[in-house]
Amino acid sequence: MTAITHHIPDAILAAYAAGSLQHHYAVAVASHVSLCVHCRAALEAHQSLGGALLEETERVAVSGNMKADLLARLDAPATPEPVYTRRGIYPGPVVAALKGKEPKWKSLGMGVRQSILSQDKHGSVRLLYIPGGRAVPDHGHNGLEMTLVLQGSFSDETGRFGVGDIEIANEDLEHTPIADPGDPCICLAATDAPLRFNAFVPRLLQPLFRI
Amino acid sequence: MSQTKIEISEQTTWMLAVRDKQDRDAFCALFDHFAPRLKGFIMRTGCSAPQAEEIVQDVMLTVWRKAAMFDPHRAQVSAWIYQIARNRHIDIIRKENRPVPDELAEDPGAEPDASQILAVEQEAGKLKTALSSLRPEQREMIEKAYLGELTHQEISDQTGLPLGTIKSRIRLGLERLRHELKGLRE
Repeated sequence: MTAITHHIPDAILAAYAAGSLQHHYAVAVASHVSLCVHCRAALEAHQSLGGALLEETERVAVSGNMKADLLARLDAPATPEPVYTRRGIYPGPVVAALKGKEPKWKSLGMGVRQSILSQDKHGSVRLLYIPGGRAVPDHGHNGLEMTLVLQGSFSDETGRFGVGDIEIANEDLEHTPIADPGDPCICLAATDAPLRFNAFVPRLLQPLFRI
Repeated sequence: MSQTKIEISEQTTWMLAVRDKQDRDAFCALFDHFAPRLKGFIMRTGCSAPQAEEIVQDVMLTVWRKAAMFDPHRAQVSAWIYQIARNRHIDIIRKENRPVPDELAEDPGAEPDASQILAVEQEAGKLKTALSSLRPEQREMIEKAYLGELTHQEISDQTGLPLGTIKSRIRLGLERLRHELKGLRE
């Protein structure tokens, strides 16, 4: 496995640590951190700073009975939340977004497939499956787009992205990612807006495919 | 060399007693230390006092239940609790499950490494010093950022945290953590 060379910018990691990153991006950031020692260390450093601020923060007295209430609850049986861990190429946060199920792939034509993990008015996060040598249709996007490679690799105008690499593109980047020859490339893609395709027909098809 | 001997902080000692012995007295000490800070911290995000207390309860309960996950080689107690607080806050307020990274598996046979634990604590001390050297408006910006109060626009306007001292502290912490984490992987 080649080393991860494309990382998450510090400001985005800080926003993730603080919880101010929108859900779809948070799935991508948590997934990359699951794969990347470098970004995990940086994230934990941000958490240390958060902790230092918590230590220094002005205290507000809690209600008198709170501690007793809490102590009484310590032994109460807890229903454990499901813990999703890495499965095959999918890191825990992706498995969690799939609720432990297999991805449901839908064809976008030309062998390209997608599986939408979640979407709402704030954006979407999906898995993309691109056969080797195939391009993701030329597209721009309205806002920030994060693409994390989970299998294979792709290249575009900005470089080559292998397993664990994350491409963070803003609205100015018009790029054409092409899956490198070989294994199909599987990516996790998070956007804050529907992708718009530049070619005429795919754009008409967008509502149909929800891409 | 000065005579000051660096010792493992009270908070870490308490947390380890909770983790390893389910020690209720230690948990009470942690509660007394962190609950009022957590309440103040959470209320700054605009939560009402009752709602903040609900989150504090939840955070402290999570501290008890997930104590086994606390690793003093990687995080001081305040950083660990900060992260739990941000997660629980978001889960409760936004009613969504916040995506969290896979946990790192610890080498089961690993002995505690006191020097590493101390290094983490020292780093936290240095971060605090760096924080206290900030001008008030810088300090406020940092607090806003880590309380999750920056808007989307403000985040994208930031090219990382603006402040030299903080950045270099984070970088140092990063170096150390990176080294440590490499040892943990595989």
